[in-house]
Amino acid sequence: MTVDEGLYRTMRLIRRFEERAIELVHAGEIVGGIHPYIGQEAIAAGVCAALRDDDVITSTHRGHGHVLAKGADPVRMLAELTGRSTGLNQGRGGSMHAADFGKGIYGANGIVGAGGAIATGAAWAAVREGSDRVAVSFFGDGAVNQGVLLETFNLAALWRLPVLFVCENNGYATTLTVAQSVAGSITARAEAFGIPAVSVDGADAAAVLEAAREAVERGRAGGGPSFIEATAYRFDAHHTWEHKARVRYRSDEEVAAGRSRDPLDVHGSRLDDGTRAGIDAEVETLMAEAVAFALDSPRPDPAGALDHLYATGLRGRNGIGLLDTAVR
Amino acid sequence: MARLSYLKALQRALADEMARDADVCVLGEDIGVGVNNVTTGLLAKHGPGRVIDTPLSEQAFTSFATGAALAGLRPVIEFQIPSLLFLVFEQIANQAHKFSLMTGGQAKVPVTYFVPGSGSRSGWAGQHSDHPYGLFAHVGVKTVVPATPEDAYGLFLTAIRDDDPVVLFAPAGSLGVRGDVDMDALGPVPLGVGRVHREGTDVTVVAVGHLVQAALAVAEQLADQISVEVFDPRTLYPFDWAGLAASVNKTGRLVVVDDSNRMCGIAGEILATAAEEMRLTVPPKRVTRPDGAVLPFASELDLAVQPQQDQLLTAVQEVYKASR
Repeated sequence: MTVDEGLYRTMRLIRRFEERAIELVHAGEIVGGIHPYIGQEAIAAGVCAALRDDDVITSTHRGHGHVLAKGADPVRMLAELTGRSTGLNQGRGGSMHAADFGKGIYGANGIVGAGGAIATGAAWAAVREGSDRVAVSFFGDGAVNQGVLLETFNLAALWRLPVLFVCENNGYATTLTVAQSVAGSITARAEAFGIPAVSVDGADAAAVLEAAREAVERGRAGGGPSFIEATAYRFDAHHTWEHKARVRYRSDEEVAAGRSRDPLDVHGSRLDDGTRAGIDAEVETLMAEAVAFALDSPRPDPAGALDHLYATGLRGRNGIGLLDTAVR
Repeated sequence: MARLSYLKALQRALADEMARDADVCVLGEDIGVGVNNVTTGLLAKHGPGRVIDTPLSEQAFTSFATGAALAGLRPVIEFQIPSLLFLVFEQIANQAHKFSLMTGGQAKVPVTYFVPGSGSRSGWAGQHSDHPYGLFAHVGVKTVVPATPEDAYGLFLTAIRDDDPVVLFAPAGSLGVRGDVDMDALGPVPLGVGRVHREGTDVTVVAVGHLVQAALAVAEQLADQISVEVFDPRTLYPFDWAGLAASVNKTGRLVVVDDSNRMCGIAGEILATAAEEMRLTVPPKRVTRPDGAVLPFASELDLAVQPQQDQLLTAVQEVYKASR
């Protein structure tokens, strides 16, 4: 598979994963809903195409795209979303915490901006061990107003750590626009700390990949952190909860205009029709398998609800008294 | 036997563990020069790759340590004052603590957070004098409050070696405690195992941290009237319930002395568990800071808010009399 075909396949996989996941939310098979990544696929695909298996990423509440692009098995990922014991996290994490440490995926994260410092610490550990691994922290435009992330920019720049900060600017922190929330500019946040920052078209996977490659090479060569702002439009809701709640914060015209530039078409048009159709068909088969696996997989045994609470296996008391030790 | 101070024991534990395990590194503010006298000499010995003087960015460097731990290191973070733990509660309680479960056991976060000088230091007033160990016990983060030099050494060692996040509070009131210690016998002390400092048959006094010394003094004062057993939990989470039950089921009477706020404090948890599951013959008592206390500056006011030895003595006498 060529690089261009790989980029397209990753995006197609994310798109169909999200569409099938939304169906499963509406069917009641995924409880709690999801934050769909549709419209932003080129960012995860482009950045992760510049990475190796042993590189680290931290992700966000809107994390499915990053987790899939970094190489997690979509079948076990969907099983995680449906809360099955065959899931990536054995059903303990779900949509907002999906992780696959074997692939360097330190997890989606439910707190905006929380992954930046974690990725930076992992980058420091890589340097200490003499490795040229890099770490990438994905976050949205809302995160650039989180103090901990700004503190992290300072640490990463001060200690010249191989970390790439990727700000996915989809224009909204839930319903709050960037214009309403960001003073100055997003890239200027990074530049203030001496971190090289670029703004790229986040609907164009090839453009994202090119920027990510430059940043990753800088990191591997000891050149310190980089920052990419990738602009894109979130096609769907902030969260599937909106499908029922009918919250109004974007006009129909705006949404239609945003959706008119589909990252799958932007990059898909670079492939010949036959190749594209072949990839689409392969992804379709894979997702059918994923849905079947997710729905056929066993549900976890409630007796193990607090398994893994401690790495050491410590068990605290249950909620009804000392003597009865089963968690039911 | 040799005289060892509590502070020196902390210093020695960290130095020994850094010498033993190259994955142990220490981060914190002003630790290069060692303003708290725990990290003294470590920078010169191990260099800036393992001893990292951080900018004043507690939230970032706390999760930075989480990332380093996820990648295989074993960071130790020094916090100069206990209130900084409020600032990083998200990073510890909601991030580091939750990785193991949320990832289905894929990840571990072996980070030790320690505060050399928790609780009141005379004159440090409202924002430097808290004792928030109950918060960490409540959310299930392993929480350690050593009371003696040998326990400070042994529990610090164990905390660093533990594969989960551990918060270690070294009360300001304990730092100067000295003891005769067999240096060759110093070693790890397991989490979740309490210690009976003085055996007794009439009243069990559970004392946390520096108040162990106060409890021992009270036991001595009352020795000819009341036989007091002094139980030091050493770790608040996990708590040694079996050890406490063994004591309370013997004495039937319980007083807890705890230098933190009364509402939802660790003393309340100890009383509740004893009431539910142990053979109390009279209602128990606790001596704590008042509800919602903020330590005022002036010495008289500061002391008025902390549990005092005479209050403990009165409580022990009352609990003892209640059964006669």
